[in-house]
Amino acid sequence: MLWLLFFLVSAIHAELCQPDAENAFKVRLSLRTALGDKAYAWDTNEEYLFKAMVAFSMRRVPNREATEISHVLLCNVTQRVSFWFVVTDPSRNHTLPAVEVQSAIRMNRNRINNAFFLNDQTLEFLRIPATLAPPTDPSVPIWIIIFGVIFCIVIVATMLLILSGIRQHRRKNKGPSEMEDTEDKWENTVKIENGIPCDPLDMKGGHVNDAFVTEDERLTPL
Amino acid sequence: MDEARPLWATPLQFVFACLSYAVGLGNVWRFPYLCQMYGGGSFLVPYIIMLTVEGMPLLYLELAVGQRMRQGSIGAWRTINPYLSGVGVASVVASFFLSLYYNVVNAWAFWYLFHSLQDPLPWSVCPLNGNRTGYDEECEKASSTQYFWYRKTLNISPSIQESGAVQWELALCLILAWLLVYLCILRGTESTGKVVYFTALLPYCVLIVYLVRGLTLHGATNGLAYMFTPKMEQLANPKAWTNAATQVFFSLGLGFGSLIAFASYNEPSNNCQKHAVVVSIINSSTSIFASVVTFSIYGFKATFNYESCLNKVILLLTNSFDLEDGFLTVSNLEEVKSYLASAYPSKYSEVFPQIKNCSLESELETAVQGTGLAFIVYTEAIQNMEASQLWSVLYFFMLLLLGIGSMLGNTAAILTPLTDSKVISSYLPKEAISGLVCLVSCAIGLVFTMEAGNYWFDIFNDYAATLPLLLIVLVEAAAVCYLYGLRRFESDLKSMTGHALNWYWKAMWGGVSPLLIISLFVFYLSDYIITGTLQYQAWDASQGQLVTKDYPPYALAITGLLVASSTMCIPLGALGTFIVRHLKRGDTASVA
Repeated sequence: MLWLLFFLVSAIHAELCQPDAENAFKVRLSLRTALGDKAYAWDTNEEYLFKAMVAFSMRRVPNREATEISHVLLCNVTQRVSFWFVVTDPSRNHTLPAVEVQSAIRMNRNRINNAFFLNDQTLEFLRIPATLAPPTDPSVPIWIIIFGVIFCIVIVATMLLILSGIRQHRRKNKGPSEMEDTEDKWENTVKIENGIPCDPLDMKGGHVNDAFVTEDERLTPL
Repeated sequence: MDEARPLWATPLQFVFACLSYAVGLGNVWRFPYLCQMYGGGSFLVPYIIMLTVEGMPLLYLELAVGQRMRQGSIGAWRTINPYLSGVGVASVVASFFLSLYYNVVNAWAFWYLFHSLQDPLPWSVCPLNGNRTGYDEECEKASSTQYFWYRKTLNISPSIQESGAVQWELALCLILAWLLVYLCILRGTESTGKVVYFTALLPYCVLIVYLVRGLTLHGATNGLAYMFTPKMEQLANPKAWTNAATQVFFSLGLGFGSLIAFASYNEPSNNCQKHAVVVSIINSSTSIFASVVTFSIYGFKATFNYESCLNKVILLLTNSFDLEDGFLTVSNLEEVKSYLASAYPSKYSEVFPQIKNCSLESELETAVQGTGLAFIVYTEAIQNMEASQLWSVLYFFMLLLLGIGSMLGNTAAILTPLTDSKVISSYLPKEAISGLVCLVSCAIGLVFTMEAGNYWFDIFNDYAATLPLLLIVLVEAAAVCYLYGLRRFESDLKSMTGHALNWYWKAMWGGVSPLLIISLFVFYLSDYIITGTLQYQAWDASQGQLVTKDYPPYALAITGLLVASSTMCIPLGALGTFIVRHLKRGDTASVA
């Protein structure tokens, strides 16, 4: 009699947890990819931990606080390591709806990953998409800060150059005008000796005769 | 007599100015592509031949003209022959178009530079989609680097007709780029002469650092072997020779008037022959050097992608057949595949279509040039290096230096004729003229920051300065040899520098180089005519790749206008001078 009951129970369990059964999810672990040499072997103890984590996740869903480890069924464990699991209700006759299991796992994904030293890529729940971490968005984009700094430097340098150029220009304009004043004073006093002006040649209005002097030939070539 | 012409402080400044102008982005992103397309190591043969036969003589010609005439391009050509003033104007117009779109590349380099100081690099991760379950769809279909370039940087529209709005972020970077250029050219040769020390030397430092890093990358030797194994059959391909000639021609920046402008600030006794040879040799060596760096990085990227592809296949097979994790490795992949095919034939045939054939060759063969190489392929390689922020900053800083160095030459070509002209320089000081030119160019350049701006950029890049320049240099060479007289020019040079003109230069200027340019010109024209309607590559966001589209008629009209506006200056200038002379002769005739 007891044997019959045992077979019945395991038969029902077997029906509930099957590949592609209703409300069943496939899990895939890549231990060697994640941990390399430190990879642990996947045995029944690890499976127990897994069942415990799933039960823990379900207990955090309102109305499902009574979920026990024994309600989580695993089957078809392969070498990969991959297996299927379902979560049954306390009566052990029906499986909990996939939507509930999905949301529970998604909320506690981080805890489950950490229990096994794995991450979203190496501990995969097929058909349960992971919530991806958004990239950190600082309040002011960094590039604007750097842009502002370089922009200010360039503007300041440009202003400095322009101002020094204006100052140089003013100094040049003042310089020759001062010289011109003293020259005018000299020229106004025409030196006269014996009634004849000393400078018969009008050097002020002299022109350079271009036919004789070209700029290139002033220095003899080597 | 008005104040003496400003001079370079030392001849070294002149050499550096020519170098930083000639060594530009084309050395980094066009030469490696040509090398790859036309036979790797064997491309060097047509390249070096074209350099000695076409590049060096024409470079020497331009420098000699500038140094002899001591004026910008407009004044120089007017002095050679009054009917040739149109040549100078054509150079200035071509330089103006060039500087309009060239500085946009500097803006992009600034944008990437500013974004390099983040962890992780923004182009290495895809943004998340709406409900945070996966990545953005466009990013998934393309790659994260392509997404960052097309969506985040350009925000490109699906076609050239949809102009979209001006992207304010890019516009800010463009304004900064023009401010920087203005800062460098503000004081003329005084400021430019100091800046060119940096823009000429620093890129080499960065290239050397990158060479060391590149050669030590995993898989670099694959790329180098691929590049340097010569494919001798390409020597028979006429396209290899024409592309070598074109590359030498445009890499040296002939015909824009920048070299004439730079040489006009030289002492008349400067030995420009030596400088011409030095500049052209260094320019070509830089191209080869840059392609060594590029190919080691190509090799790294190709090996990385190849190994990722293999890992994906391994993962696929492991998951489908529930094999033990770690059992499948690269070495036993093939035998396990054949075992699985025989042991589980039905399941294997299900999985088979998804198994990609990973090939290192096909990864290496993806040849890219231009902005695609600089901003997509390189960034993809950099994101996989350690300390990627540092390498990214170095790389974009180098691009910026190369770009600014070339911009100095471009703006010198425009500004020197303007500051030489007595009419304009009597009203405005040098700083104001430079500021005005920068302001106008920046305002027009905002067109390239619109959503369709990249399409207009491609139009300008391909057509604004290619055909007109060939014509300009052809007229220049013919004018010096036959209008001005080769003998007269030779005696000018001899009295100026003290050295006699080698027969080699005379032979090249008189015969070979003009013939080469004519054949290039004919080749280009026939190419345009044969291909018929022009097409462009547009980014399709839904597919995540480039698609070919036809240009709308107004874009074709603008392209034609671009080419015509610089080319027509030559005959129009000659016509204008003829009319003015005729009128003057008519006046004197009527007076007498």
